[in-house]
Amino acid sequence: MQRIGVFVCHCGSNIAATVDVKKVAEMARLEPGVVFADDYQYMCSEAGQAKIGAAIKEYNLTGLVVCSCSPRMHEATFRKCAERYGLNPYMVEIANIREHCSWIHKDMEEATQKAVILARAAIAKVNLNAPLQAGESRVTKRALVIGGGIAGIQTALDIADAGYEVDIVEKTPSIGGRMSQLDKTFPTLDCSACILTPKMVDAAGHEKIKIYTYSEVEKVSGFVGDFTVDIRKKARSVDEAKCTGCGVCQEKCPSKKTPSEFNRGLNNRSAIYTPFAQAIPNVPVIDREACIKFKTGKCGVCEKVCQAGAINYAQEDEIITEKYGAIVVATGFDTIKLDKYDEYAYSQSKDVITSLELERIMNAAGPTKGHLERLSDGKAPKEIVFVQCVGSRCSDERGKPYCSKICCMYTAKHAMLIRDKYPDVNVTVFYIDVRTPGKNFDEFYRRAVEEYGVNYIKGQVGKVAPQPDGSLLVQGSDLIDNKQIKIKADMVVLATAIEPNQGVRNIATMLTASIDTNNFLTEAHPKLRPVESPTAGVFLSGVCQGPKDIPETVSQAGAAAVKVIGLLAKDKLTTNPCTAQADELLCNGCSNCAKVCPYGAITYETRQVNDHGIREDRRIAVVNKALCQGCGACTVTCPSGAMDLQGFSNRQLIAEVDAICR
Amino acid sequence: MSVNQEFRPKIVAFCCNWCSYAGADLAGSSRLSYPADVKIIRVPCSCRVNPMFILRAFEKGADGVILCGCHPGDCHYSTGNYYARRRMTLLFSMLDFMGVENGRTRVEWVSAAEGVKFSTVMNDFVEKIRSLGENVRLGDLRCKK
Repeated sequence: MQRIGVFVCHCGSNIAATVDVKKVAEMARLEPGVVFADDYQYMCSEAGQAKIGAAIKEYNLTGLVVCSCSPRMHEATFRKCAERYGLNPYMVEIANIREHCSWIHKDMEEATQKAVILARAAIAKVNLNAPLQAGESRVTKRALVIGGGIAGIQTALDIADAGYEVDIVEKTPSIGGRMSQLDKTFPTLDCSACILTPKMVDAAGHEKIKIYTYSEVEKVSGFVGDFTVDIRKKARSVDEAKCTGCGVCQEKCPSKKTPSEFNRGLNNRSAIYTPFAQAIPNVPVIDREACIKFKTGKCGVCEKVCQAGAINYAQEDEIITEKYGAIVVATGFDTIKLDKYDEYAYSQSKDVITSLELERIMNAAGPTKGHLERLSDGKAPKEIVFVQCVGSRCSDERGKPYCSKICCMYTAKHAMLIRDKYPDVNVTVFYIDVRTPGKNFDEFYRRAVEEYGVNYIKGQVGKVAPQPDGSLLVQGSDLIDNKQIKIKADMVVLATAIEPNQGVRNIATMLTASIDTNNFLTEAHPKLRPVESPTAGVFLSGVCQGPKDIPETVSQAGAAAVKVIGLLAKDKLTTNPCTAQADELLCNGCSNCAKVCPYGAITYETRQVNDHGIREDRRIAVVNKALCQGCGACTVTCPSGAMDLQGFSNRQLIAEVDAICR
Repeated sequence: MSVNQEFRPKIVAFCCNWCSYAGADLAGSSRLSYPADVKIIRVPCSCRVNPMFILRAFEKGADGVILCGCHPGDCHYSTGNYYARRRMTLLFSMLDFMGVENGRTRVEWVSAAEGVKFSTVMNDFVEKIRSLGENVRLGDLRCKK
């Protein structure tokens, strides 16, 4: 029989306001095995933990039940506490009487009754707990960063500067990401390329950083400290070692009709291309779908003009297998597709553009060489309308329920830049709310209104109608003056909602990292662990976790790097001891468990078994403790009931069921 | 159907540690209430729930059992919820045959971000059990002489 101590936390008034904590402790005392029960204002505090320690000593406790907040919050705290006072950390169970009880029930009697039952279930479980020993696993001192945008670059630089090897895997032919497409950045209006490209160069030249561009993560196995990753290095058809980046092949390439991804399809690129002039690496890629040589077998111009002899049409995809201790996801974002928003006439008129397209138009290296002009006829616009929240803060299924966060600021930036360079252009912005929480953000927005005379109208645009004369009739409402407005515009710019990059779901599945309904990766704790995924060893950097601007992305990238460095600095990690174990007397070696194990942790060996005095050789399942992650799939599939999960054993879970249904 | 508000059912909810338990935590921190009749048992994965546990609950007088896991494709252990789904489909149809109506058993996918869904599902499930009334009690025939 265990000697159990029950500790009921008030959590200030969070629990005590709706649960009679004294009553819970009093009722717990009546349960079998309980020799001590008490309540305290903050169990997790130093004083609360000392109280637990004193009780362990005084009553010679062998098990603890803490009735407090979610085990996701403080299980680790109380396990450490138990260990400090000489108890096995796995002899602690938490009864969640805050998130699952006091916070959701109003009636004191009802909530108290439920708390008593939850405590009862935890006590029943602890009665069957056994001390567990955490194992150790080694740490591969190398990190993988998925995504080579500003988030990935910054994370990689910070990790590398601490002395650890980092690999960046980038899907496109160059690192740089979204930030490389931007013209200027708010609120300082400095040029995006001028602050990004030095970082790109730093990353490329860093002795600890290896960059795989035009590559994708294909397979991930293993666990924290010891991941094995297959990277598919797609065939570039250009030898990276030989190419000098002279660019002649791109000039001479006869196939020049593929929409440029980098310029958002506003102009065309050749079949052999680097996405932009400052690309890193400065080695082109042959787009095999557009290349005449690959389509018809005839052409080969690039091979003829390449003096370095770098063109290699026979190059094949290469799979690189590498081991990593930590993985950072920095997959970034894209803008949503506008095909469900017919009212803005995006697909009907070339002069209705997204803000990211405007960013390319304003850029000196963009399709119009930085001149603000209509894409339909090349004329300079005189009247520009910006529409905010296109697909953001949207209650129907066409858009996204969240605020994209960056649009208010970049729209103010665009409006200001246009008014600065073209003072004769009228700029109108339709908005729902202007959100400017950030250092120097509101000042920036007010400058757009007060100094640059940008016309802000609170209200939404209902329709954009292309007119026969080429103009766009914008119909919107002014909510402050309560009237309908019609503006004859030359150009309409849509602040399109952002969403996580396509393919992130696939990556999350490979990493078994959780993802929310909007495809943003979930953090381990929204406040206290914002850059860690709930999956150990997987970290989050940048917009893949939620909408954010560049300064926020860079800070998060640094934070993720610190977490990675903290992990890589360790030589050994303790492993989860809640693993499966086969009872060799019950196991009949049927192989069912190995078939359902997602980690390949179960193998079979022949062992001599002493079954009630009869010695015989039997085939028995053996679980590799380092590979087992403790899901428990094998325990249910085992026909003889030989497989059990430590820490969540059949008897423990049945005891909980019994305690609840009693 | 008239619903007896006096009847307080016993409901066991198995929640996987990574999605649904976290979803329940989010429901709690968002103060989204659901009836106190629901008591949650934390399991590492929905695939850890042995049909025996559910039979045991009904044997001990539970009026409803709900199993919550990660959305298909999102399982922390890759495939656990698929195993759970298949096992439960079979178990629930057998339970129905034994007199425990299908309405008393349920599988739901609740992610860590779906506090609202967790609360909605629990409210709905409790309402359903209340309308069904008290459950028949399964007996363990091995214990009968």
